[in-house]
Amino acid sequence: MNVLKKDIVIKLDNVTMNFNLAQEQFSGLKDLFIMFTKGKLKFNKFSALKNVSLEIRRGESWGLIGENGCGKSTLLKVISGIYRPSSGSVTVNGSIAPLIELGAGFDLELTARENIFLNGAVLGYSKKFIRQHFQEIVDFAELGDFLDLPIKNFSSGMIARLGFSIATIVKADILVIDEILAVGDAAFQEKCHKRMQEIMASGTTVLFVSHDADQVRKMCDKAVYLSGGEIVYKGNIEEAYKLYELGGKIK
Amino acid sequence: MNVDWKIIRKYIPLLQQLVLRDLKIKYRRSFLGYLWSLMNPLLMMWILTMIFSYVFRFDIPNYPLYLITGQIVFGFFSESTTVAMSAVLSNAGLLKKVYLPKFVFPLASVISSFVNMLFSLVAIFIVMVATDVSLQPTLLFLPLGLVILFVFSLGIGLALSSLSVYFRDMFHLYGVLTTAWSFATPIFYPVNIIPEDLRYILYYNPLYYILDFFRKIILYDTVPDGSDIMLCIAISCISLVVGISIFRKLQNKFVMYI
Repeated sequence: MNVLKKDIVIKLDNVTMNFNLAQEQFSGLKDLFIMFTKGKLKFNKFSALKNVSLEIRRGESWGLIGENGCGKSTLLKVISGIYRPSSGSVTVNGSIAPLIELGAGFDLELTARENIFLNGAVLGYSKKFIRQHFQEIVDFAELGDFLDLPIKNFSSGMIARLGFSIATIVKADILVIDEILAVGDAAFQEKCHKRMQEIMASGTTVLFVSHDADQVRKMCDKAVYLSGGEIVYKGNIEEAYKLYELGGKIK
Repeated sequence: MNVDWKIIRKYIPLLQQLVLRDLKIKYRRSFLGYLWSLMNPLLMMWILTMIFSYVFRFDIPNYPLYLITGQIVFGFFSESTTVAMSAVLSNAGLLKKVYLPKFVFPLASVISSFVNMLFSLVAIFIVMVATDVSLQPTLLFLPLGLVILFVFSLGIGLALSSLSVYFRDMFHLYGVLTTAWSFATPIFYPVNIIPEDLRYILYYNPLYYILDFFRKIILYDTVPDGSDIMLCIAISCISLVVGISIFRKLQNKFVMYI
């Protein structure tokens, strides 16, 4: 790993992420043969990210904005280490807490209590850590008497609440949030926001994807505007939105 | 190979939780629960013993014990590898959203099957007691046999779990393959019914040697030769090394295909 300047937590250097669409399209020998004879197999390249370079410092909160399919989520996945970039380098300094789709690590057959331990382990927490924070998680999620019920009986709001309280229990260096803050009822959303603010106040770096401009403005002080996999603008959040709205009109 | 032990250590709790989940869910809501791990092999043995003692006659001393040993050893192998095969794909949703070391999933499947088999071993002891076989000190070799079997199955399981991401046909093929494999392993028949000129099939079958190891210590009260033990260890190590290499080579592009 490269040695970074101390306060830079994420550094993307010329990152390009290619997907081969042809691989997705064939669904058997017949298609493979047809595409092979047409010479289509190798050339159907799709770049979800093109030469993206970005430096993010400790304690900053960045919003990622842009149209659907512009590469926001791909960028988050590259930073989280889920995708390996086709070229370029990604250096991350610190632990990442992913808040991508709450409850992805749940097993519906298990009870809430069992799922807290399972999901905690998915996020890389130790058993001891979860035990110490168990009550805090349960209290925040407001599960009450349902703790020992299989979560297949839960409402989606309850599952999301549980997911949120597990994921935010840890003091990670970097928090990655992809469109998930529309969780639960108004009262719970308020609670989520409060917790997010607490986390940010403690010096955690935040990456935030949302189509809700008000929310992004409320949470972030900087923004990246992506279009077609390329960074159009990075820096001041108002400037980014101005360009974004302009870009929408030109189209 | 450079292995990142820090990452492995970090995800040991995940491994524990996954195994625990498998074990909890397997028998949840069934009345007899874990007893099934014990009763299943016994019931199967009972049925097969009826068939092969009265319908087709094999001349094997203590046929029930011969049979149940074969069943449990092969049963573990085929169950663990089959479950491991789909381990990566069935956790696709998770792997696409959170960074996790991918080997955790097939490893957890093989460990869960292994724990299950440990329950089934009680069935072997029950049959030993029921058929008046005394517990011999050769049984001290049982843990070694179990490790060999585990490592062998883990290697195959890792290879299958990564190959199946790219070739979904594996799921359809492997069922046929394990059936063929089960007939090529002397589970319910004695080796001597195989014609001499076809026996080479057995000799190319790694499970034949591993099963033989188990039968020697459980059924025949003999300690396997040093060369037999070395062969079994070599077989399982080769399986693991090959499995790990295939998995490591293929795992980087998993997310693109799942």
